[in-house]
This record gives sequence, structure tokens and C-alpha cells, in this order.
Amino acid sequence: MAIWLTKDSKVIVQGMTGSEGSKHTRRMLAAGTQIVGGVNPRKAGTSVDFDGTAVPVFGSVADAMKETGADVTVIFVPPAYTKDAVVEAIDAGIGLAVVITEGVPVHDTAAFWAHAVETGNKTRIIGPNCPGVASPGASNAGIIPADISGSGRIGLVSKSGTLTYQLMYELRDIGFSTAVGIGGDPIIGTTHIDALAAFQDDPETEAIVMIGEIGGDAEERAAEFIKNHVTKPVVGYIAGFTAPPGKTMGHAGAIISGSSGTADAKKAALEAAGVKVGKTPSETARLMREVMSGR
Amino acid sequence: MVPTRRSGRPARDAMGWTHEEVSVDLYEYQGRDVFEKHGLPVLAGGVAETPEEARAIAERLGGRVVVKAQVKVGGRGKAGGVKLAADATEAYDRANDILGMDIKGHTVHKVMLAETADIVEEYYFSYLLDRANRTFLCIASVAGGMEIETVAEEQPEKVAKIAIDANRGVDEALAREIVAAGHFPAEVADQVVDIAIKLWQTFRAEDATLVEVNPLAKISSGKVLCLDAKVTLDENAGFRHADHEALEDKAAVDPLEQAAKAKDLNYVKLDGEVGIIGNGAGLVMSTLDVVAYAGEQFGGVKPANFLDIGGGASAEVMANGLEIVLSDPAVKSVFVNVFGGITACDAVANGIVQALAMLDSRGETVTKPLVVRLDGNNAEAGRAILDSANNPLVERVDTMDGAAKRAAELAAAGK
Repeated sequence: MAIWLTKDSKVIVQGMTGSEGSKHTRRMLAAGTQIVGGVNPRKAGTSVDFDGTAVPVFGSVADAMKETGADVTVIFVPPAYTKDAVVEAIDAGIGLAVVITEGVPVHDTAAFWAHAVETGNKTRIIGPNCPGVASPGASNAGIIPADISGSGRIGLVSKSGTLTYQLMYELRDIGFSTAVGIGGDPIIGTTHIDALAAFQDDPETEAIVMIGEIGGDAEERAAEFIKNHVTKPVVGYIAGFTAPPGKTMGHAGAIISGSSGTADAKKAALEAAGVKVGKTPSETARLMREVMSGR
Repeated sequence: MVPTRRSGRPARDAMGWTHEEVSVDLYEYQGRDVFEKHGLPVLAGGVAETPEEARAIAERLGGRVVVKAQVKVGGRGKAGGVKLAADATEAYDRANDILGMDIKGHTVHKVMLAETADIVEEYYFSYLLDRANRTFLCIASVAGGMEIETVAEEQPEKVAKIAIDANRGVDEALAREIVAAGHFPAEVADQVVDIAIKLWQTFRAEDATLVEVNPLAKISSGKVLCLDAKVTLDENAGFRHADHEALEDKAAVDPLEQAAKAKDLNYVKLDGEVGIIGNGAGLVMSTLDVVAYAGEQFGGVKPANFLDIGGGASAEVMANGLEIVLSDPAVKSVFVNVFGGITACDAVANGIVQALAMLDSRGETVTKPLVVRLDGNNAEAGRAILDSANNPLVERVDTMDGAAKRAAELAAAGK
């Protein structure tokens, strides 16, 4: 088992016919993902060949769901159209929407999130500006390289793409149930807490790696959640201990303003919740290895 | 990572979290202009770069003006950056005093001149992004003119915080609720309601992540005016705001950061000696940490910069990255830290080898040592390419921690 994405997940791709969309559809298929369709109103009725697999293109998310039983969509459309694509996915009632697109205006993210809430949160949204979800050996919805690690007993949730890959690589011998990249934008759909709760309930996940970075207070809130609701061991890593205040380090969310959002504050909050926090990715991997060796 | 991110800017390869600065803080005079454009009540004003210009503006405004340093940092009043001038000649003198002044490390290049107002009461009003609740927030208070954080701490009952639904926005009914919650006096209620609605329209229409008015002031005539304007714009929305690019302050940006931006590289200048090049914002941030820790053993050398080259790591991107990093004279060694996720390490290794040759042919031969760590996709092939290139300046270390240590050691030796 895994969280949110399993071998039975039927995945469609919004923006499949674009360059990024088609490149990653090919990779997702190679990773064993059941890609059942793409969405592009202008190309409805056609199909796209991916190394011998013909993937049909539908005119809308609703059509694709009706025809294929799809329950997951991965969104690669450009930033200007992302809001409409997500709203369409929500209105179609799909279970999971993974929004890969980077550079979505925050007013647009706020708008589709408000729409999701207003319509009863039927669609889980991951992202935007995220690498997606991978359940190694089962399915891959997004751009996390499928061959870094095999399946196993660790769950991972991270704001950062490359740090996800780094930690998966360092712990590839143990393997992962699911890795979730939630993205580093100021407003995101799925949070650390959502992933922690799902991993806590997943019988095949034995321990959890949580990767955060400076900015905001999501890690502090996650620490509070861990204290009260997570009984599985959690190992944490925070990037940006030495980042100076007032400078944006890449992710829009990764900026320290005033005294809040520092890596030290996040580390302290996590440690107070019983989380072992590594100073570097390698030390974090070592801490996880210690946790798993006793199991 | 998806194409058409922004006009004229090529998209990066997947895994390439192209990370540029994604918000733009406006100067007060720019914020005032934005407010005026959206029909908010502001005082007449103008911006000057020389005392002569200041005098001319003061004359146009009727002589008596306030001269305000334009810096993107708080506390300018205390630092002497805000002065009253009784007439145009005094405006010239005050501008002369303030221009060139250093306020918390920010040099004053411009002053704003505005009409003076006889303030009776000072309020506070803002809309901003509320990350924790994934929506927008209105903060309103009758206690304005000072830092709202201080008010919130000392007199929390005076600060109203109201969540704004992104799709419903602020209509008159909600504006009245805000005004009631903020305890605004009855005689200004209608004016503040109007301002609340227009300010929301400004926030929305301009794709702002912050609009703040402090003080929102009642003057002796009874009129309520926006006497300051703090505006932060979302650069991700630049594709629908052709006019926003002109508001970016290119002159105030570090010259290296500016050069990097022109080459579509996400570079932030820091004050250490180890140049950093990596892929992915999280990994690069992490690299800064690892280098800083390693530097503690070597006399406290530190990272010299943040540079995320994204997923592509072609020879050209690598050459541009190296060029920027090495043009910082403080840099004594460079740490190239790449995890090959979707990008293959052999491509990155070829990029490094070709970049060194490219810089050589440009007459910018690299003389500082490079420590390279390649891991992940095709790492073995990548390492083999570096080994066979056999460049004495390039040293390969297999782990991130080990490479950071070596880069710090080399930087300390080169100091």
C-alpha cells in the first residue's frame, strides 16, 4: 500500500500534448503508471503514441473520467491557464489533482483553493509548483524520477524537489511507500500535516521523513500535529539554517521576515515534538537508518 | 518549469525549479501612484532624484511639503529620512540632506515630496496573504501610525483580523463588517468603507500580496487619506501586468544579481568565500548550510552566494553560472553540487568540462579550484568524464558533506 497513489490509480494528464506534459507522460508510463488519457479540448478524439502505447485525448476532465474511470489528474498546463485547469478538475469531482506547474500567480492559487473548499474539498490538491507524488514500484504522478528508489517502508513529505530526490537516493536500500512533494509556494493545497496524517494511517509506512525549509510556519504547525497525532517515528530536515533574513532563496515561500520562519525555530519546534532533526541531508538519512535498524 | 512562464524568459527543464525573486516591493511613491490609479484618496506628490527636482516639485505643490527618503526598509523617520519643509527653498535643502543618506545599509537615491496634512487621527489598514489559512487577510485598526506588530502585541483588542474569501472578495457589506470590527469612529465609517473596497480592488487588480496603509489618517478637514502606501506585487503574475516590469528597481539590485538575472540565473549574493552552484532551490539552500558548517573548521569561511541553475545544466548554463560566481572577487573556491534526478550527471559533467573550455576561449580562464559532487542519475558516467578531463583545478568528491569540507578548506587556503 501507499498513500493517495497506488498501482490501481487511473491517471490522466492535463496538458499532456505540451512539451513538458508529453515528456513526463512518457516517463510516468515507463514507471508503470496507468495513464488512461490526456485532456485538451482542441485535440479531443485523437490519441498520442508513447513508445507504442496510444493514450487517448479527451475534451474535458469530466469526459476523461466518464470514459476511463480516472481518479487522478496531473496538471502541466502553463501558469496562465492553471487556475481554470484546476477548477475544471475540482468541478469534475476527481479525487486527486497534482499541480506541477511553476509560476502560478498566488491570487490564482488562492482562488482555486477557495473553490475547492467551497465545494466540499472533494479533490485533494497537491502543489502547485511541486514535483508530485511517487509510490515507487506502483505509480508515479508527476516528475519525481522513478528509478531513484524502490518501494519500501518510509514515507516522505517535502517542500523541495531536489531534496526529495537526495533523501530518496540516500535511503534507496530501505525504500519508500510514497514520496510526496508538496511544493514551496506560499499557498499550497496539501500540507505537511495532511501527508503526516495519511502516513500515520498507512499500514505499510513505518517511519516518516519530513523535509521543510525556511519561511512561514508550516513546519511549526506540523510539529504540533506530530506531538498530538503521530505515533510513528518522524525524522526531519530543514534547509536554510544559514540563509540571511530578507533574501528569497528560490522558493517564493523561502524567505525569512522578522524573527519567524527561521530554520532554528522550526528545528526546535520539531525536536520538542520528539522529531529527530538532521543538520544535513546525510545526517538525516543516518538518523532514519538508525530508526529503521531497530525495526 | 512549464513554458511561457513569463514573456521573454525561457522556461527551465523539468526538476528545474526556476527560482527568481517572485515578489517586488514597491517604493512608497510607486505605491502612491498605484493607489491614485485605483481611486484611493492620496495627497498630491512627486518623486525627485536631485535637490533641483525637489524644489520644482515643492513649488508645484504650493511650497510646504514633507520630504521623505525612498528606501525599502523601516525606521527611516528615526534615521532622519523624513523632514518637513516650509517652502521650496527648504525642500531643496532637505532633499540635499536626505539624498545619498545611508539608512540601515540602503542608500537614498530618491525622495518623495508630498503635500502636508494636518493629522487628527491615525489608523491602520492592510490586505495580505495568509499562508497558514491559504487565503487573504484584512488587518484593520484604529491604532495606526506605529508598527502594527507592536499594536497587536500590546493592544490586541484594537486589531481586527478578518479572513477574505479569494473568490468573494470585499463588497460593501463585508467592508462595513471590517469597519465595525476595527472600531472605526462613526464619522469616518463611510469613508473607510469606500477605502476598504477600493483597496481590495487594488490588491486584486494588481496581483498584490500586500497593500498596507499606515497611517490611514483623518485630517483636520475630516477627510480620510492614505498617507503611506506599501505595496508588494507577485512577480508570477507579471504575464498579465505589462506595466509591472517598469516598477522593478534595477538600480538597487546587486550588480552581480542583476547580471545573473539577465542570464536567467537565480543568484543571490552572500558575503562568504565559497562560490556555490547547484540544482534545485532546496538542495542549494541545503548546500549553503553544509558549507557554512564545514567552514567552521576552517576559520569560518562561508558560502559566497546562492545559485540555482535548475535542471538543464547545459554547458552554456554552467558557463554562465561559473562566470557569475567567479566574477565575485571574494570567491576563493567553487562548490558545484548536483543531484541528477531527471538531469543525467554525465550531461552535467560534460557541461562543466565544456564550460571551463568556453570560459578559457572567452579569455576568462578559471584559476580558482572547483570541487564537484555528482550523485544520482548516471553519476558514475559523470564522474568518469570529469576524471578523464583531468583538469587540475577540478576536484571530485563523492559525498555532499565531504565536498563541502574540501571546498571550505580550499577557500580558507586561498584567503
